[in-house]
Amino acid sequence: MSEARAISIRVPVLARVEGEGALEIDIADGRVAALSLRIFEPPRFFEKLLEGRSYAEVPDLVARICGICPVAYQMSAVHALEGIFGIDPGPWVRAMRRLIYCGEWIESHSLHIHLLAAPDFLGFENVIEMARDHPEEARRGFRLQALGNDLIRLFGGRSVHPVGVRVGGFHRAPTRDEVEDLQARLRTALSDARSLVAWTASLPLPEDTQAFTCVAMRHPHEYPMNEGRIVSDRGLDIGIDAYEAHFAEQQIAHSTALHSLLHGQPYLVGPLARLNLNRELLPEAVAGALDATALRIPSSNVFHSIVARAAEIYYALLEALRILEDYDVPSSPFASTRPRAGTGFGCTEAPRGLLWHRYETDPTGSIRRARIVPPTSQNQARIEEDLRRSLEAFGLERSEDELRRRGEAVIRNYDPCISCATHFLKLSVNRR
Amino acid sequence: MKPRVAVHKFSSCDGCQLAFLNLGETLLKVAGLVDLVHFAEAGPVAPEENVDIAFVEGSVSTPHDLDRIQRIRANSRHLVTIGACATAGGVQALRGLADAKEWVTGIYASPEHIASLDASTPIAQHVKVDLELWGCPVNGRQVLGALRALLSGLMPAGEEDKVCMECKRRLAVCVMVAQGAPCMGPVTRTGCGALCPAYGRDCYGCYGPAENANTVAVSRRLKGLGLMPREISLRFLSINNGAPAFREAGLAANELDDE
Repeated sequence: MSEARAISIRVPVLARVEGEGALEIDIADGRVAALSLRIFEPPRFFEKLLEGRSYAEVPDLVARICGICPVAYQMSAVHALEGIFGIDPGPWVRAMRRLIYCGEWIESHSLHIHLLAAPDFLGFENVIEMARDHPEEARRGFRLQALGNDLIRLFGGRSVHPVGVRVGGFHRAPTRDEVEDLQARLRTALSDARSLVAWTASLPLPEDTQAFTCVAMRHPHEYPMNEGRIVSDRGLDIGIDAYEAHFAEQQIAHSTALHSLLHGQPYLVGPLARLNLNRELLPEAVAGALDATALRIPSSNVFHSIVARAAEIYYALLEALRILEDYDVPSSPFASTRPRAGTGFGCTEAPRGLLWHRYETDPTGSIRRARIVPPTSQNQARIEEDLRRSLEAFGLERSEDELRRRGEAVIRNYDPCISCATHFLKLSVNRR
Repeated sequence: MKPRVAVHKFSSCDGCQLAFLNLGETLLKVAGLVDLVHFAEAGPVAPEENVDIAFVEGSVSTPHDLDRIQRIRANSRHLVTIGACATAGGVQALRGLADAKEWVTGIYASPEHIASLDASTPIAQHVKVDLELWGCPVNGRQVLGALRALLSGLMPAGEEDKVCMECKRRLAVCVMVAQGAPCMGPVTRTGCGALCPAYGRDCYGCYGPAENANTVAVSRRLKGLGLMPREISLRFLSINNGAPAFREAGLAANELDDE
C-alpha cells in the first residue's frame, strides 16, 4: 500500500507544480482501506533554477510556474524581494497590484467555474457540450474570463506571463483612455457577476458537510489579496515570516507535489477558506448577493467553493471599479531599487489560495536560495481526506463509474493546478 | 468527417493551452470546425486516438514522456509544437546545464521516488515536428493561424523576423538606444507584438532566436552597456536556453574578453 510507504521526512526546499494525476482507492469490508491521489507532474525545479539569477529576473521566471495564475507568483515574489531591499513602492503601486490581482481572480475563477467545474454538476463532459444546452451561461462565463484577462493585459500586455510587473512596481502605467475603456466594461459586467452568484448557488451541488480547518490571509480593512496575517478558524494568527514554524511539507512516495500540513493536520486554502474567514469584509452588494442564496457562510461544504468563486468575481469587479475611480497616471510607475543581502517573505492569495515565497539574496540582489509553497501542495492532504469522507458518505457500494465521477468532482472542486491532470483520472477500485 | 485535433501536455505550466481556452466563443466555433478528440484540460480524454493535427505543449523530461511522444507522433498526421517548452525545452532545460542529480536531492528528501531525466528537451529532439510555434506563451492568433492553414492543406509561413522590426512598425521607442536597457529584441523572433519595448522595458527573449540572429554583436553591445560576462550569459540562458543559438551564445558570453 502506498500509505504504508509514505515517507515523513521534512523537506527543506521544494519545487514543482502538479499535472498528471491518478486516483487509487482500495475498498475492504465496505470501508476505504487505502486511497491516494497520485500526482505525476514532472518536477521543474524552479527553486533551484532561481539560484544565481538576479532579483530583477525573478518576476519573469516565477510567472512560468503557472500559466493560469502567473500574477500570483509575481506578486508573492516582488513583495518578498521588496521586504529584503526595504522598498515601499507607495499607494499607487499598492492599489494597482490589487487591481491586476482582481484581473487574475476574475480570469481564473471564471475559467474554473465554466470550463472545469460546472459541467460536473450539470452532467456534461465539457463546456462545449454544456454550451449547447446553456448558451447564455457559457457566454456569460467567456465574457467574464475575457474581462479578467483584459485587466491583466492593462498592466502586462498579455494575460499569460504578463510582462509589466517588476520589483518596485510596474514597468508602465496605463493611460487614462485605456482605463476608461475598462471601467465601462467593468460596470456592465456587474450584473453578469450578480447572476453568476445566484446561478452557481442554484446548481445541484452535493450536500457534503465535513469538519476541516480553513486557512487564509486576513487584513484589518480589506478582503485579503497581497497583505495581511495568516489566520485559521482554529485560532492560528501569525505573521507571514512565521509560516515555517507552523506549516511543514513532507514528501509522499506517490506524488511529486509535496504535502503541506498545519501542526501535522490537513487544511483548506482557497476561495471558500478566504470567504469563511473574511466574510464581514465583503461590501454590502456581495454579502447581499450571497444572503439571497440558500448558502450560509461560514460553510463546511467544500462544494460551495464554486459559489465562493462567483462571489469573489463579483467582489473583484467592484474592487477594480473602486480602485479605478479617480485614476491618475503617476510620475513613475515604480520605486527605485537598491539591492542588498537578506531574507524576505511574500505571501499572497492566489486564486487557489495561499502562495508563500521565501528568498535569500546576496549583496548584489542575486538569489541565494528560494522556497515556494504553492496552494495545490497545501490542499493536497485535504483533498485526500475529503475524498475518503466524501466517497464513504456517497456510498461505496455504488458503481465504479459513479464513484469515479464523484471522486473527480471532489478533486476538481479544489481547482488544483492539476485540473488538467484530474481529467486524466484513472480510478482503480479494488474490492475485497 | 470533421478533421480531428488533439492537444497534448508534457512538462509545462499549461499557459500555452490557454491560447485555446482563452478564445471564448471562438473556442465553440473551433469545436464546430474540428473534432477535439483529446484536450484533457478542456475535457476530452483520448490520448491514443488517430488525429489530423496534434498540438503539443511541454518538454520531454521523464522516462514515460519518451514513450508517449513516440505514440503521439505515430498517431498524428501533423504534429505542431506550441511554446518554448515543446519547441526548445523550456526554462526547465536549465537543469541540463546544472547538476541535475543535485537539484533533485536539493528539493526532495527521497529522490528515488522522482522519475526525472537529466535533461528537459524539445519535442523535435525525439520525433519529427511539422511546425513549431515559438513563444512563452504562444497566443491565440498563432494557434488559430496554424490551425486555419493546416485545415486548408497549407503550411503557414513562419514568423522569423526580429522583435526590432515589430518595434519599428509599432513606432515604439527603442529601449536599448533611449534607456540603455539590455534588450534582446535584436536577436529575438517576433510574434508577441513587441510587447516588452512597448511597455518600456527590455525584451527578454521569450519567443526564442530569430533567423540569422547576430548574437555576437548583441553580446558585445550588452558588454558596452556595462553588463558583466555572467550577466550577458544569463540573458541568453533564460526561457529559451535550450534553443541552440541562445545556448551557444550564453555559453560563449562567459568567455568574453576585456578587449
